[in-house]
Amino acid sequence: MYKTPCSRLTGVWKCLSRDGLVGVGVQQKLIANVARSHMSARRLIQLCRRDQAEWMTFQHLCFLKRQYVKSSSVLCQRVRPKQEHVASVLDDRDDSVVRQVQQIPALKPEPGTVGPPCDPTEPEAARAARLEARQWKELKVEYSDLPGIYARLSKLKLTALVVTTAAAGYAMAPVPFDPVTFLMASVGTCLSSCTANSINQYFEVPFDSNMNRTKNRPLVRGQISPLHAVSFALACGIPGVTLLTLGVNPLTGFLGALNIFLYTCCYTPLKRLSITNTWVGAVVGAIPPVMGWTAATGSLDPGALLLGAFLFSWQFPHFNALSWNLREDYSRGGYRMMSVTHPGLCKRVALRHSVGLIGLSALGPVLDVTTWTFPLVSLPINLYISYLAFRFYRYGDRQNARKLFFCSLWHLPMLLLLALTCKKSRVPQDEAPVAPSTPSPAL
Amino acid sequence: LVHSKDSKKDSKTATRSPTKHHTGETIPLIRRDPSHCQRTGFSPAAASKCDWIGPPDRLSNLRPIIYHIPENETPLERTLRHLRQDTEDWSHEFWTNQNFTFSKEKEEHVRSQLSSKGLSERDDDGRKRTLSSEEMAVFYKHFLDKNMTRHASYNREWYGRNFTITLLMARVALHNTWRTLTGQTRGTGREKGKST
Repeated sequence: MYKTPCSRLTGVWKCLSRDGLVGVGVQQKLIANVARSHMSARRLIQLCRRDQAEWMTFQHLCFLKRQYVKSSSVLCQRVRPKQEHVASVLDDRDDSVVRQVQQIPALKPEPGTVGPPCDPTEPEAARAARLEARQWKELKVEYSDLPGIYARLSKLKLTALVVTTAAAGYAMAPVPFDPVTFLMASVGTCLSSCTANSINQYFEVPFDSNMNRTKNRPLVRGQISPLHAVSFALACGIPGVTLLTLGVNPLTGFLGALNIFLYTCCYTPLKRLSITNTWVGAVVGAIPPVMGWTAATGSLDPGALLLGAFLFSWQFPHFNALSWNLREDYSRGGYRMMSVTHPGLCKRVALRHSVGLIGLSALGPVLDVTTWTFPLVSLPINLYISYLAFRFYRYGDRQNARKLFFCSLWHLPMLLLLALTCKKSRVPQDEAPVAPSTPSPAL
Repeated sequence: LVHSKDSKKDSKTATRSPTKHHTGETIPLIRRDPSHCQRTGFSPAAASKCDWIGPPDRLSNLRPIIYHIPENETPLERTLRHLRQDTEDWSHEFWTNQNFTFSKEKEEHVRSQLSSKGLSERDDDGRKRTLSSEEMAVFYKHFLDKNMTRHASYNREWYGRNFTITLLMARVALHNTWRTLTGQTRGTGREKGKST
């Protein structure tokens, strides 16, 4: 049991001084630090390098540590849960710390798990069996975990981003702000997104198990059953779409339902059949701001389509750069992505759409969505992302792909924020636009 | 889908004892295919009334499940359990094969690339040489293209099985809820409601 967290620090623990008192002092300090599990690997290395006179083996250190821990009864009680904490942190990155601490007492009295904690004379096979037994869990719902499970099932962070783009769409629409409609549109979009993400995870269980990025999802780990996931999806989707249709307007409701269908029934299966999944996925990302706009105005104006076009074009540098570094996982999992099957196309499309963002920004004033200041103030960030996309196109290596991906993460919020500040202010009664180049009073 | 499984189910019933209560050591061995015996030595305690889910399998990365067989299991529940077990086995076989083939072909590709460049497998420090991501990308594309029809047929079947299992789970849950609401019990005081 001590080996698991120890082995993760193997490269560090291998070299330790044995030099007399200093060695003992260092050992005790290091052991105490491990027990507290506050020490990072880097600090350990710094401590090790102080005295490189004599080296100690890893096994010797573990033996000494066991002796020290056993002789100190206080530590024996403490060390075990802390080491479980380290192991769980390393294994279940998605779990919150609170949940892990709650789980630790539950591990002890579970039936089917046996074994004394510190027993160095235990045979290897029995210990392996005991370790394996500890990893088996009952397949039943822990009600206290449900909020966290639902958050992960609905990909809450992604949902939050989707709602933000929808809210931006609403805010950009040239109508007075109505907080009730805004709230209903946001809640409806949130619920629709939760539905789509849950069904996506329900479809993809064996594939998610095999990819590092997704192997800690709730359905993969068996925290809830497939039926439970589908029920949750229906419980979100039906009220969500109903709220959009009845509380906002039928067009927005239709767009919400369409988006759920596109994501679950088109994008998700297509991921394994053809590279066109990326274009479908870009449309899925483009629809929320359109929904926000139609929630405000009730009609599909050119402005709505422009905002949708921003999101559509942005998806390509974002996703193509992300998928560039996941090629091995995608290949093994059977996902057909441009980065694997058509790498040249992948880079070209990312560059094309990054440059396209500059052109789309120029359309803002043409369509009376923004003032003329918008293309000018957004030019620096658009040029920067185009530059990174060009480097990605030219060199096609991991570094440039990563840079492009991280740039896309802040580029979109900045662009939407700039559009919002450059929004063309209107007097509601007028048909024609007001005097040009008057930035919104919000500035 | 259920019809085609009937013959398999009958042959499996001969080796299973679905009406026996879950007792621990022997039941999993009798219940499961030989491949499962090798896969896991774990057996839940006799008192447990739940299914148990294990750590990801070394080969297929899928988590095995040991199903609890309740007393007076209804035919619907038995169909569901068999279907889930069958799907688990079939999926495990596919992914084991997939991951193994992938690793093997990847090794071969690296070896052939290195030998065509005149390099040995290990460099002067004894570490294994790796190829650049561009050279590996050729292999990844080739692997995907080669296995396209196999993947597509797995997808189709997986969607069908997943959907059938979920429908059956819904029917079992509704059936149990109805029986509890109308006051019928199994006769052993089994708890109400949906299994997860």
